[in-house]
Formats: sequence, structure tokens, C-alpha cells
Amino acid sequence: MEYNTSENNFEQCMKCTVCTVYCPMLAVNPDFPGPKQAGPDGERYRLKDPSFYDEALKYCLNCKRCEISCPSNVKIGDIIQKARLDYSAIKPGLREFALSHTDLIGTAASVIGPVVNDVLKLGAVQYAMDTMMGVDRRRTFPEYSRERFTLWFRRNARAAQEKYSRFVTYFHGCYANYNYPKLAQDFVKILNALGYGVHLMEKEKCCGVALISNGFRKDAIRGAKKNLKSIREAVAKSEPVLATSSTCTFTIRDEYPHLLGLDNSDIRGSVMMATRFIFNLIDSGKAVLVFRNDYRHRIAYHTPCHLEKLGWSIYSTSLLKMIPGVDFVMLDSQCCGIAGTFGFKKENYQYSQKIGEGLFRQISEAEPDMVATDCETCKWQIEMSTGFKVENPISILADALDVEATIEANAALGTEAADK
Amino acid sequence: MNFDTIIIGGGLSGLTAGIELQKRGQKTLMISSGQSALHFFSGSFEFLNTEEDYPEALKKLPAGHPYSLMGAEKVLETASKVQDFFAGAGVVLNGEEGRNHFRITPIGVLKQAWLTLEDYARLPSDKSLPWKKVTIANIEGFLDFHPDFIAAGLEELGAECHCRSISLPELDRLRNNPSEMRSANIARALTGSVIGNLAKRLSDVSAGSDVILLPAVLGLDDPRPAQSLKVRTDRPIEYIATLPPSVPGIRTQMMLKNFYTRLGGTYLLGDSVTGGDFEGRKLKGIRTVNHSDKLFCADNFILASGSFFSRGLLSTPSGIFEPVFDLQVNCPQERRDWTKENFFDRQPYMGCGVATDGQFRALRKGESIENLRVCGSLLSGSDAINEGCGAGVATITALHIAENITEGK
Ligand SMILES: Cc1cc2nc3c(=O)[nH]c(=O)nc-3n(C[C@H](O)[C@H](O)[C@H](O)COP(=O)(O)OP(=O)(O)OC[C@H]3O[C@@H](n4cnc5c(N)ncnc54)[C@H](O)[C@@H]3O)c2cc1C
Ligand code: SF4
Ligand code: SF4
Repeated sequence: MEYNTSENNFEQCMKCTVCTVYCPMLAVNPDFPGPKQAGPDGERYRLKDPSFYDEALKYCLNCKRCEISCPSNVKIGDIIQKARLDYSAIKPGLREFALSHTDLIGTAASVIGPVVNDVLKLGAVQYAMDTMMGVDRRRTFPEYSRERFTLWFRRNARAAQEKYSRFVTYFHGCYANYNYPKLAQDFVKILNALGYGVHLMEKEKCCGVALISNGFRKDAIRGAKKNLKSIREAVAKSEPVLATSSTCTFTIRDEYPHLLGLDNSDIRGSVMMATRFIFNLIDSGKAVLVFRNDYRHRIAYHTPCHLEKLGWSIYSTSLLKMIPGVDFVMLDSQCCGIAGTFGFKKENYQYSQKIGEGLFRQISEAEPDMVATDCETCKWQIEMSTGFKVENPISILADALDVEATIEANAALGTEAADK
Repeated sequence: MNFDTIIIGGGLSGLTAGIELQKRGQKTLMISSGQSALHFFSGSFEFLNTEEDYPEALKKLPAGHPYSLMGAEKVLETASKVQDFFAGAGVVLNGEEGRNHFRITPIGVLKQAWLTLEDYARLPSDKSLPWKKVTIANIEGFLDFHPDFIAAGLEELGAECHCRSISLPELDRLRNNPSEMRSANIARALTGSVIGNLAKRLSDVSAGSDVILLPAVLGLDDPRPAQSLKVRTDRPIEYIATLPPSVPGIRTQMMLKNFYTRLGGTYLLGDSVTGGDFEGRKLKGIRTVNHSDKLFCADNFILASGSFFSRGLLSTPSGIFEPVFDLQVNCPQERRDWTKENFFDRQPYMGCGVATDGQFRALRKGESIENLRVCGSLLSGSDAINEGCGAGVATITALHIAENITEGK
């Protein structure tokens, strides 16, 4: 069946305007031309003469909600992001550099973790970042962890992995590495319980999403090439490459080829969300999860934009629903407004919060014990804006897991399979 | 992943089927590539263009028409349930039992309709109007609504029309961006306290009028703003369809989708079904773009992927085909017979669609597939535009199929 993925598929646009209805930015900011005008309509002009490029395209969140609603499969978000990279005359500054070079900054920060956390909380520093760099002072910053995940893994977990006979490779991403190693540790805990050893990539770089949206194309390509090399090595050993961040997954699978022009067709199918891998194991009867019976929580699930685009929220939600003590609430899928580094910028703060209003209202009405979502920036935004605690589904699964019973059950499954 | 029924296409027909199946206790999955024809909705469901009562009109339809396949009695029985069915999802539709009323089109012509959304103008006849003096008010800068056309149409029926343009300061920012001065964006601005201001402005400009006609640009996600304006204005207000996108159509789509998910249905938007695995005369499972390595299995499948507009049907120089399962399509053999030269004539390609047996089971390579049924505008034998039966066929065939599936027919 024909599925249109050609680079210039703007000619598929039938001008129906459906996309403009679902663009969260257009709904709050009339200065943004909207997906149809910024995307397929504008592209015609830009191809003729780049001076038609409109700097207001910087408001695009790259949430891809326009693409999801388009009846003609026009890659509207890709067209807009590509135009930004190709034509924008705005040169990224210090702020863009600091916000987007997450692994550079993360490495530096985790060495002096607690100090950075305290410094970032100081009113004076937030004021200075606000006035001098344009990073909104109302934002709370994610804390940096003292011991980053990779270090923890090397010291405490790496050796133990070798007792397994099947492996997965984990793309932890910057957030799990520098800010929240517990998520990565939870991932290792679950995969081990399911009978899989965890390998890290030979060399992992930031997926590059923030570099792309802040205009650092060259840096993004450099990192992406390194990642693709390591991913290929993992896939050559028949190991799937799993991630716990929907944005990292989406960037590697779809933005590498569409925006950076890097062919990933040989490995794309092997890069996926951990929840998808785990669900498929269980669904096909190859593994089981046994849960504690004293785990009881009301959990509201928020679909991050990039997971919505991947179409994979169903894996995370199906897993959460398997936990017997979970009272599950599905929130209507809406953008939270943060869009990665976008909402950190002073001039965007108001739009960011306005876009998120609908979601925040839904959450307070649902009155959950916690919110579940697969994206770290959604987590920051929701925690800051609603006060509700947010966890990755992997962490929730890990907390609800009866580890001993799961290990036993999967070992038994393994013997059964061997007997057959 | 196993379901009782998987529905391909989440427009009016797919959602109707899905809601009914969930109500009947099934576990269903709905997959939809993009948004549906409801975004272009006039505000009225059409059953059939006819001056006669429905039972008479149904007798005259050709044998291959979906209504004829169901049989007149079953069609009427099912049709009588549609109003309550939608009220259950919060979508209030009005109409008369068994016959048409009239709606006002965006170009001021009166057209037949079966059920009309609560906020729209609904007229008993196309020969005269219930109003003598009419104010037609537009929002300043909104280009998808043309009061002059409507006035010309209504004046022919003897009404005295006054066209007014309302400018609200709350919309000034929108007007800076002329390409986005569109119905959905206006609807977002027309909520809360702005309704009060609009009500006042409307009352001021409509002295002596029997009715105010307004473009249907209120209430994107719920009908309350449209209702509230009616209550707060001194004179009766009726809404008229705009050029797309249709605010009440979008609202209907959202309300149906939310109702479906509240009933426990799983709705995947932005994914396309690419094909399926058949075992003899049964469809075992389907595959999609986003879940390429996965087979979604179910006991039953419903294909509600729409007509050409939604890419449920595709046409190429060599033929018209159904792209998901390559089902049998009824269409004229010769390409030159697809169209008639006069644009306004009945166009043969509009009647093209998937061939089915009497139970709406899809035909493939000469055989019917036992557990794959087709509903809505993808069905062959009806021409939604010419016959005026779009939403009728979409909802009635969907309810019928849902009933048959759960009753094991
Ligand atoms: C522009 C327009 C305006 C209309 N206005 C009216 C009106 O005012 N009143 C009236 O009575 N009738 C109207 N009709 C007739 C209309 O066809 C029906 O009323 C009805 O909305 C059709 O519903 P449907 O569910 O069959 O198809 P659609 O609404 O077309 O929905 C089909 C859905 O299937 C999805 N889809 C297609 N292929 C795939 C795939 N491979 N995988 C997954 N999903 C897929 C599409 O994205 C789409 O969402 C109109 C039709 C059109 C085209
Ligand atoms: S939804 Fe798609 S086809 Fe419609 S205007 Fe937008 S890009 Fe064009
Ligand atoms: S990607 Fe998101 S913000 Fe950008 S145009 Fe599309 S819907 Fe709007």
C-alpha cells in the first residue's frame, strides 16, 4: 500500500485545514502561521525563494500533532523543522548552547551535582539566567544526580549482567544518566527479572533532539552518526536497542532520516521503547511479570506528543493496566506545552503554560496518586505546573514488581521452553 | 494483542460501530489514519433526498444500494434509534420521524436534511420562511462565511435581510494573521466573558429582527458556548454552516471519540492499517505502519475507511481499488465511464465502493470474508452527494453491523 514518506510530500496537501485545528501553538499564539501556512503552503514559496522564510516558524513545537490529524499523511512537522534548519537566520546563542548540549553540560554538572542543584535554586542565579540568558526564572530545573547512571552501572551492575544468555542494549539518554538514574536502574531491574542481561551502547551520545530544535545541525549529525554506529554494533549481536524516553526513541527512528538525512533503515525496526519490547514478550507468552499484591495507586496516564506520533502509548498503558492494584485513568491526549527546551525560554513561557492548561485541568480533576508518562520534559512540566508526582511507566512497573516471583516464573518458563 | 472487534477508520461510521460494540460489552480497537469527513460537516445528517416519506422513497432505490441490501424495514427500525444513540454521547440532533426537514447551506440555499444538530437552523419547508425580518451577522474578518449569499437566497423566499459585521476586541489578535482567521480559532476565542460581549453587540445590531443568523463558530469541544449565546441574546439565534473546517463537526468527532474511549474503547489516531493475514475465508489479523512487526488479532473486523476523500478508495489510471485488503470494488470497467462531463450531474465514480454480500461482508477474489464487514461511505451503491444519504448510510449500516456481530449473525 502506498504510504507517502517522500521528502517533499507537501504536494499531497489538499488544503483541508484540518491540521490547523489540532495545532496547540496556533491555539494560543496568533503570531504563529500555523501548520498549513508554515508547512506545505510556505514550502512552495520557500522552494522558489528562501527569502519567503518566516522566522515565526520558531514557534513550532515539533509536537507532530498536525501530522497525526492530517488525512493526507503530509509530513507537516518535518517540513517545518527542515525549513528552520535550512533557512533560519537566527544564530543560536549561549542560552541555546546551554540548553541543548545536554551531555556536555550534564557531564560537567554531575561531577559537582549537589552544588549545581543548589545553585540553580538560588533566586539570584535564576534571576541572572532570566535576565542575561532568557531562561525563564519561573522554571524549576531538573536536579543533577551525584552519581550518574553509567558510573553506577559500571560499579554495581555490569559484572552481574554476564550471567544472562539473552541481552538487550539500553539507550539511557541524558535524563536517566544525569538527572534520574533511578529510572535506568528500574529498567535494569525489570529486564534482569525477565531474564535479560543489559548492555550499554559502546558509545552513547545525546540523541540530539535539543540540538536539532536549537539549530545545531552539525553537532546533531556528529552525535547521531556515533549513535548509529553503536546501535549497528548492538543490532549485529541481535540485541534490540531499548529506550525509556519517547523523545530519544522518536528522534533516532524518525528525525535522523527525516531531518538529518541519515539513513537508518537497517536498524530502525530494532530501536524501540522498552515498554513495547516488554509488552510484546508478555503478549506472546515468552515472559511473565508477577506483581506485588500490596501495590495500590490511582494512576493517570499522559501521552507525550512523540509517543502519540509513534503510536505506541498502547504498550505503556497496557502494561500499567496489568498491575492488579492500579486504578487507571487515561487522560485525553493533549500537549503539555513544554516541548523540550522550548518552554525553558523566557519568551515562550506564557505559551507553554497556556498550552498545558487543558492537560493540567484534566489531571487535577482526575485526582490521581501520580501521573505516568514516558517523557522526561513532560514530567518536569507537569510536576512544576500541577504539583502531582510524575513517574515513567518503567519505574511504576519496577515498584509494583514482585522481583523474586517474576524471576522464578520466567526461569520456569525457560525450562518449559527448553523441554519442548 | 487480541480484541473482539477491530475497526479500521475512526470517522462517523467507525465510531458509531465502535460505540455500539462497546455498549454491547465487546473489547474493541479503532485505528484511524487521520481525521475524518466530519470536519467538513454541514451540521445535518442526511438520510435521503426525497419529498416523500422515507418508506416510499426507500422502495425506489436500486438493488445494490446499502439501504436495499438491509431491507427497508430494518433501515427504518435502525434509523429510529439514531437520535437517542447520539444523545447518549451528548450530541443532540433534531428532526421529524420518517421525513426530511430543511437546512440553510453556506450559500443560502435550502437543502433537505434528516437530523440536524441542536444549534442549527431547521426549517419545516423550502417554500417559505418562519421569519419576516432576518439579521445575518458575521464576525469581522472571517472569510469562510458569506452573509450576502445567504441574504440573496432568503430574500427570494420573501425575507427582509440585514447583513451586519461584528467586531470584537477579543478577536483583534486573531485578525493579525489573516490566513488563520478560521472557524476553529475563532471558536477558541469565543468563550467565557466574550460570549456576554457578543450577545450585547448582537442585540444592539438586530433591533426589530425575528431572528439572528450566525456562522456556526461557537463551541469547539462542547456545545455550551453556542447554547449560552442563545440564552443571553434578546432575539432568537440560529447557526448556519460555514465553509470548512466545521466547528460543530469537529465537536461531534471529539465527543464521539471521547465517548468511545470512556466506554473502554482503544482509539489509535495517526496510524494506518497496511494489510492483513487471511486464512481461507477468514481475516486473522491486521498490520499497521506504527506496529509493523505486530499482528492485531480479533474475531471480527470492520472496515470503515471512507471513500476517496479519506483514501478508503484510491484511483489510478488503471482502476479504482481498495488499498488495505485489495477487496473487490464495484465500478465501471472503462475509465471514461467514471465521470460525466457536466460537473453537477450524478458522477458514476461517487457510487463506487467495496462490494459486499447482503450482510455487508466484504468480497475478496470472488468470495465473501466471513469476519470482515464494511460500513459507511466505503460501501458501493450509494452516492452521498447526489442522493443525500451520507450520514444515514454511515450510521445505519454501522449500527446494523454491530448488532449482527454481537448476535452472531
Ligand atoms: C467533504 C465531505 C463533506 C460531507 N458532509 C456531509 C454532511 O454534511 N452530511 C452528511 O450526511 N454527509 C456528509 N458527507 C458524507 C460522508 O461521507 C458521511 O456523512 C460520513 O461522514 C462518512 O463517514 P465514514 O466514517 O464512512 O468515512 P470518513 O469520515 O471518511 O472516515 C474514514 C476514516 O478512515 C480513516 N482511514 C482511511 N484509510 C485508513 C487505513 N488504511 N487505516 C486506518 N484508517 C484509515 C480515515 O483517516 C478517516 O478518518 C460528506 C462527505 C465529505 C467527503
Ligand atoms: S491537514 Fe494535511 S491536507 Fe489538510 S491542510 Fe493540513 S497538511 Fe494539507
Ligand atoms: S508540529 Fe505541533 S506546533 Fe508545529 S505546526 Fe505541527 S501541530 Fe503546530
